[in-house]
Amino acid sequence: MYENTALTEAIYYILLSLLRPNHGYGIMQSAEELSHGRVRLAAGTLYGALNSLCDKGWIVQLPVDPQSRRKEYEITERGRKVLMSELDRLRELVRNGEMMTGAAEADGEEGGRNDG
Amino acid sequence: MAEIKTIRKWFWVWDFEKEERWLNDMAESGWALVSVGFCRYSFERCEPGEYIVRLEAHGFDEGYVSFMEDTGAEFVGRYFKWIYFRRKSELGPFDIFSDIDSKIEHLKGIARMIAIIGGANLVIGVGNARYSPANLLCATLLMYGLGRIHEKIEQLKRERELHE
Repeated sequence: MYENTALTEAIYYILLSLLRPNHGYGIMQSAEELSHGRVRLAAGTLYGALNSLCDKGWIVQLPVDPQSRRKEYEITERGRKVLMSELDRLRELVRNGEMMTGAAEADGEEGGRNDG
Repeated sequence: MAEIKTIRKWFWVWDFEKEERWLNDMAESGWALVSVGFCRYSFERCEPGEYIVRLEAHGFDEGYVSFMEDTGAEFVGRYFKWIYFRRKSELGPFDIFSDIDSKIEHLKGIARMIAIIGGANLVIGVGNARYSPANLLCATLLMYGLGRIHEKIEQLKRERELHE
């Protein structure tokens, strides 16, 4: 996948949750909290995504803490760049959406008047 | 000792969703899966609806099992490529896959598995054709299964054109 294309919602929330070190279950909870319960990452999906993100070098696995034995991950510089450019893309989507639907509503009103 | 009930039942690989539904119906009626084997399912008494059961084709991967356990799932057992998990339903909804891409990847893994076994049966079957049609019949059946899995993949791909 080229790095300038859209991220999936799962990847977006995983990267956000890894701005600070976090483990798998923590990522699931953080995504759910951030989205007010809308985004629920299932464990299998998350596991696959974490592996591919490590392969891509967008996140790294931190040395395992022998006490908790849970694997923790954190975003890398590269991952941060991908996240920031996704944020730009999302801003553009919202900007265009608001602009065009605003324009569409105005058109609709005009159309209504013409019909009348 | 806890009451254990064992049921012998056969599901085709491509009917794994049906198998999962049946296991959840059992949990709903107070029987939670405790172990699996060849066409064999053992259950223990539980509160009706106490557990949600999920199964998945996944290669041998201890890291994955402990990852699942960290999220509150219990490892029930493994049979061939299939892993069975259950989780208390009070912990909330329990799914293994939450987006279309990972569902497609899962199905592709199953398709590869069927294609390899089907292909092997085809080769052996052609060699054995004079003596027994068993392997050729088996290959035909598996090719049918492969078709069923591909149908599911295509359906998900069409869905993915609209959302993830």
